Amino acid sequence: MPQPLERVNDFVVKFANVNGSGSASANTLFAKSILRMGIPASPRNIFPSNIQGLPTWYEVRVSEAGWLGCAGTVDLLVAMNPQTWDKDVASIEPGGYLFYDSTKPLPPSKFRDDVTAIGVPLTEICNREYTDSRQRQLFKNIIYVGALSVLLDIEVAEIEKLIGEQFKGKDKLIEPNIHALRMGRDYALRHLQCPIGLRLRRADKVGDRIFIDGNSAAALGAVYGGATVAAWYPITPSSSLAEAFSRYCRRYRVDPATGKNRFAIIQAEDELASIGMVIGAAWNGARAFTATSGPGISLMQEFIGLAYFAEIPAVIFDVQRGGPSTGMPTRTQQADVLSCAYASHGDTKHVLLFPEDPGECFHFAATALDLADRLQTPIFVMLDLDIGMNERLTAPFAWDETRRFDRGKVMTAEELEAGKEFGRYLDVDGDGIPYRTYPGTHPRRGAFFTRGTTKDRYAKYTEEGGPYVDNMQRLLRKFDTAKRLAPAPIEHPAAEPTQFGAIFYGSTSPAMHEALDMLARQGLALDALRIRAFPFHDDVAAFIAAHDQIVVVEQNRDGQLRTLLVNELGIDPGRLVPILHYDGTPITARFIARAVADRMAGLRIVPLRKAVP
Amino acid sequence: MTYIAKPKLHHPKLPTNKLGFTRRDYEGAVSTLCAGCGHDSISAAIIQACFELDLPPHRIAKLSGIGCSSKTPTYFLGASHGFNSVHGRMPSVLTGANLANRDLVYLGVSGDGDSASIGLGQFAHSLRRGVNMLYIVENNGVYGLTKGQFSATSDKGSKNKRGVVNSDAAIDLVAMALQSGASYVARSFSGDKAQLVPLIKGAILHKGAAFIDCISPCVAFNNHLGSTKSFDYVREHNEAVNRLDVMPEREEITADYAPGTVETVEQHDGSVLRLRKVAADYDAHDRIAAMTYLQERQAAGEIVTGLLYLDPDSDDLHGYLGTVERPLNALAEAELCPGNEALQRLNAALR
Repeated sequence: MPQPLERVNDFVVKFANVNGSGSASANTLFAKSILRMGIPASPRNIFPSNIQGLPTWYEVRVSEAGWLGCAGTVDLLVAMNPQTWDKDVASIEPGGYLFYDSTKPLPPSKFRDDVTAIGVPLTEICNREYTDSRQRQLFKNIIYVGALSVLLDIEVAEIEKLIGEQFKGKDKLIEPNIHALRMGRDYALRHLQCPIGLRLRRADKVGDRIFIDGNSAAALGAVYGGATVAAWYPITPSSSLAEAFSRYCRRYRVDPATGKNRFAIIQAEDELASIGMVIGAAWNGARAFTATSGPGISLMQEFIGLAYFAEIPAVIFDVQRGGPSTGMPTRTQQADVLSCAYASHGDTKHVLLFPEDPGECFHFAATALDLADRLQTPIFVMLDLDIGMNERLTAPFAWDETRRFDRGKVMTAEELEAGKEFGRYLDVDGDGIPYRTYPGTHPRRGAFFTRGTTKDRYAKYTEEGGPYVDNMQRLLRKFDTAKRLAPAPIEHPAAEPTQFGAIFYGSTSPAMHEALDMLARQGLALDALRIRAFPFHDDVAAFIAAHDQIVVVEQNRDGQLRTLLVNELGIDPGRLVPILHYDGTPITARFIARAVADRMAGLRIVPLRKAVP
Repeated sequence: MTYIAKPKLHHPKLPTNKLGFTRRDYEGAVSTLCAGCGHDSISAAIIQACFELDLPPHRIAKLSGIGCSSKTPTYFLGASHGFNSVHGRMPSVLTGANLANRDLVYLGVSGDGDSASIGLGQFAHSLRRGVNMLYIVENNGVYGLTKGQFSATSDKGSKNKRGVVNSDAAIDLVAMALQSGASYVARSFSGDKAQLVPLIKGAILHKGAAFIDCISPCVAFNNHLGSTKSFDYVREHNEAVNRLDVMPEREEITADYAPGTVETVEQHDGSVLRLRKVAADYDAHDRIAAMTYLQERQAAGEIVTGLLYLDPDSDDLHGYLGTVERPLNALAEAELCPGNEALQRLNAALR
């Protein structure tokens, strides 16, 4: 039997719960108390498409080193769901720990020799203390947090403080929760050997970082970016983005004098109507967005083509989930890259932004609203379930007070009155971006007809080849301008010169950084480039040209970003090695490091230096 | 269609409205529809209504979907912004546009294919939300632009030009509008301008979702014997329940009406709708009775026209959402962006 694991501030606790049992707030309390001790932790919800009854998990990775990616391992399992017991127990690392409800005796075959079992009769404690069945269920969660706090050395004062904050205004609930917490603690202190080999120790590694989910951060960015119209249709995992926008608008966008709203949010009848409303609002000069996921993108295709061709701003947050079809609605993937980049029939290309964490979700949301107005075209912000629906540590939000909305090229009544030439699709500045007018601007000048059919530079209907090609070429020029305006890629050079490169994007970021660190320790150096937008900045082509072999790390089956790189930059496909993770769980550093090491071994790479132990 | 553009010059004594515009100022490009198309009469009625209401042309936004009817916004109100969107989706685009700027007049133009088939969902949902607009369906019971297929408003048993009998039940957009919560519902006929113009004026002045189902015969594909949307058939079966006069403000009734035959309704903006009853038993303020009446008369083979339902106290989507009076597209950056200080307070709550 291996020795029980002994680790401080570096392990994974996974809670196996039943959906609808009220475990979420207790589990969040657990994760937050660790953050309050100054130790970085990254929780992830793993949940089914279900409201009550099916299994759900909450995984908390504790990492004083600050790695926030999914670890893919389990060191302590909190087994609260008999349905998944066998698989859960099998997932524990050798030497790990199993915390379980010992009210009913279980046969020895249900346990593992190489795992330390810690039983607490949670049901018995609850049944003794409470008569109401809902209370029994809810407080059971707090009781296990109490027991765990002793087993893992969590500072109880931090938990009690968090309970106080959580129920502020509902003060009657504070005392019963603290009572339940103490019951758990008392039991552990009296009956268990505390602490276990996995322990927490106060550190100062959290700093001033904040803890928020990507969907909320994006919604906040939309408020700061001046969005006034939101139209959406409920779909996992994007619904919480629209709901957060509504919440932030009620806080920040109500006119104090009249109590009236400086925003309009419509829950539409479907995704077609959502994008239609966004396009109508943006055509009429409001900043507007929708939030959706893959199936919604499929439904919006026709309208996206209209917005591209008629040149109407629109911001689309695509919180990606596992596809195709209904796919894995509650699992994560980066599988909509191609369907967004080339959305709609005919020759189309769209601007995509790839935020890596909630911090970028906030900034990219505001940036997307600027870019949509500047480029007069749909802008996709490509979140995924992993960053959208999980709270994550991120740098505190900041807003530069000197920053102004970029409303793009909009001709005013004064300019029209002064006789400035207006051609809706006329490229006056050579950047492919024409001027537009808002409806109702001037009594006699500036009116035009918006249509999805082909037109000349003055918006007049025509199906002639010359004006059509002229317009399509201008749209390409505009796309080229987008390359310079969208967020540039960020390079992370290796500590030593190397011919190997890695390209990654979006939610892969934390796992990638950890993998690069692991590989460096094995003596394998890779320069890495995080792509933050499509169309690709010139630095992307330069990075590929500067390396012999490049791995492209993605969370989809077909290497969608790699396809875009090959297609748009004319790269020899043989030089771009795909590393793909697409089983619906977040990619891990362990997976990346192993896959990269395997590829490099296949190329007979001799490490530049010996591995550091 | 004609290839000869109308000269811009007009008779110097052409009447002007209060804004100094002539009727010609409300016209658009020359129509490319077939000669005699009912839709062109509706365009003319829209031009007449906007002229008579003294609306500044540039303060109207005209939106449409796809099809013959949806092409017509090019042929009226040339000084207004227009939006020819995608098939069946005009209502969502109009809804979004209306949210952005509540100060413009919104005119949604659609057809029976656009609204009763591909766009049935958006048709119903825009009405149930109470979007402040005139939604007019130029209903000819046929797909004209794709050359003569039945549409969803073709009556069961009616024949197409090649003699094929339609076996599908018809969708009655007026019944759907009543059921969906539209607060102004009318049916008219493109061949009856005297009835149509006041109905359009009343709808534009109305606050909330106003819907007009305007039967508009297709001279190319649906004007034959056996069609229930031909000029002859509609003229023979048209039963108007009332006649409408629209006055910008309350005026003395000068004509001599028999008692109980005229009803005066004041709308939000002070405009007055005067309903002259034709069917004495018809109550245009009773949604449920209207639905029953229409179904009964329809079963008897009549095409009931007139102002079929009116809620003079209706509200609109902006009222329901509680949006500020100023258009959302005119709000200043300071009113929209909460600033860094608020963000720092939020940061503190997220630790």
